[in-house]
Amino acid sequence: MSTSTAPSPAGAGQDLRPDRKKSRWHYDVIGLLTAVLMAFPVYWLVISALRPNHEIRSYDQTLWPSSLTFDNFARAVEQENFATAVQSSLVVSVTAVVGGMIIATLAALAIGRFRFFGRKALLMVLILVQMLPPTAMLIPIYAQLNAIGGLDEYWGLIVVYLVSTLPFAIVMIRGFVVNIPVELEESAMVDGCTRMGAFRRVIFPLLAPGLAAASIFALVNAWNEYLFAYILINDNSKYTLNVWLMTFTTERGTDYGALMAASTLIALPVVVFFMIIQKKMATGLTSGAVKG
Amino acid sequence: MGGNRTTRLPPPPFSVQKNKRKVSHVTAADTKAAGPPVPVPRAPKGTGPRPAPDKGISGSGRKMRKKGELLPYLLILPALVAVAAVYAFPLAKTVIMSFQDMGRKELWTGESPPWVGFEQFTNILGDGEFWSVTGRTVVFMVVCVGLTMGIGLLLALLMTRLTTWVRLVLTAALVAAWSMPLMVAASIFRWLSDSDYGLINTLIAKVVGEDFLGHNWFLDPKQGFAIIALLVVWGAIPFVVITLYAALTQVPKELEEAAALDGANAPAVFRFVTWPVIRPVFTMVATLSVIWDFNVFGQIWLLRGNKPEPEYETLGLYSFSKAFESTSFSQGTAIALITVLLLSGVAVYYLRQLMKTGEVE
Repeated sequence: MSTSTAPSPAGAGQDLRPDRKKSRWHYDVIGLLTAVLMAFPVYWLVISALRPNHEIRSYDQTLWPSSLTFDNFARAVEQENFATAVQSSLVVSVTAVVGGMIIATLAALAIGRFRFFGRKALLMVLILVQMLPPTAMLIPIYAQLNAIGGLDEYWGLIVVYLVSTLPFAIVMIRGFVVNIPVELEESAMVDGCTRMGAFRRVIFPLLAPGLAAASIFALVNAWNEYLFAYILINDNSKYTLNVWLMTFTTERGTDYGALMAASTLIALPVVVFFMIIQKKMATGLTSGAVKG
Repeated sequence: MGGNRTTRLPPPPFSVQKNKRKVSHVTAADTKAAGPPVPVPRAPKGTGPRPAPDKGISGSGRKMRKKGELLPYLLILPALVAVAAVYAFPLAKTVIMSFQDMGRKELWTGESPPWVGFEQFTNILGDGEFWSVTGRTVVFMVVCVGLTMGIGLLLALLMTRLTTWVRLVLTAALVAAWSMPLMVAASIFRWLSDSDYGLINTLIAKVVGEDFLGHNWFLDPKQGFAIIALLVVWGAIPFVVITLYAALTQVPKELEEAAALDGANAPAVFRFVTWPVIRPVFTMVATLSVIWDFNVFGQIWLLRGNKPEPEYETLGLYSFSKAFESTSFSQGTAIALITVLLLSGVAVYYLRQLMKTGEVE
């Protein structure tokens, strides 16, 4: 207890939180240690990506590299199919998210604004389907896409991603819809707006932040998905980034330096997005709206 | 000790916000006052979960339908079709395929597979491997959930006691860990546990002095699962901590202080004041973790370089390898179906929790 913060345990009557003040110092140290532990794998990712290759293939790993280099990044970018993988990932996830958001907004408006028969059942179904094990879906979807020629095609993957964003996106956007006072919409309509006009001029602008959060979350999910991408796409030139990462492991071993560099590149946009929506996500997640 | 007072605690966080703003419905609100006046508690900061519609309105549901009878159905139609195509239809197909015998031939020729009744299920349930896989899955799930929730709760409690800047640093670390894509996280842990150049071996060799260089963690499934569990728990903790911390901030400070002044020690304050408030959130997160950790697939798959040995198979991987390695798709779907049935109890429990807290209204 080297700090001088705790005034006097003796005069405890004055101090409403004697416990807390006394040992904050103590807690802070544990907190910082935890932060280091949690962040360490991320640090190791970045530092391995920047480390010269001879240090990676060394029995004496050091916590800090002797010099920093972008060689690993160069090898990662030059790896075959990098450009097409970026393209695939972008095409698939952006299309899926745009389509998903349109469908989800319509459904969320219906659930948030109307009381109709089957509304509660629909919500329950949306929550339940998120808990299905992926393999239960994967096998029949694979067989079906195989039957209708959807394997090795972007659209097969897009449909799967689009629909898998729907359940949480609907529940999440609905949360924003019910928070918009219905009176706003009504007064717009009293003033001569059609229902569509009221939506476009009043609801949509208010919904925009919610939509942004939901679409970022959906985008991250689609960007990170790899199991369906791995099974449904066999054509090397159509691999998404996550599947492409596997090409760094060959029979002769794994090029860890390049793998870490490539991983850093893939994770970077996600980290940025996460930082943006971090607050919203916590609230969305507490309400069971989102699947991780 | 103010133990008895716990029964009079304010409702859990979600119901606090339930009445934050009254929700009226397009036409229902025109004709009907929205329920009895409810004292509206001061809304907590942040967007918070949506308020549930007033119970008072539900009676006028029929009136509603007269006017906008079709519109809501039109709006949900695309979502309904999509969900049916990618969830309901495959699920139905999983059930159907489980009673057939679909192999490679049927897949490529498109012939309809023969019906075999319960043969797939009797085969699977009679196979000792299925039971050892199930046991492994359950043990792994219990260990992961226990560690995740235990450490998560401790860290969340720790966060309420931190100085602001330390809390921000910890939050940033948690978000950084959280945002790692599964594929990337798995690559990092594969690198950390690499037998030749992995940091874990280097550290053990240096710090403990054991000769660990070249040690292969995955030769012994117990050690291998320890690494996998480390990855799973590390990946799950941020969500748990941030969620539980959000719940903890809803615990009224006055109550904790009052209990402390009345002589309750820290464990008692937690037990009688804090816990009742955060319990609904804790239960929900724990239930979700059970489902997620039971379905763990990617972490094992990726750490074992896309071809997990039989000793590393959990139910998901077992079903996958039956379907795609042995190309007995029907065996795969039957195992998947058994998994769904095993988990359905947990899922229903989760849904009931959500309904209790007013999330599904």
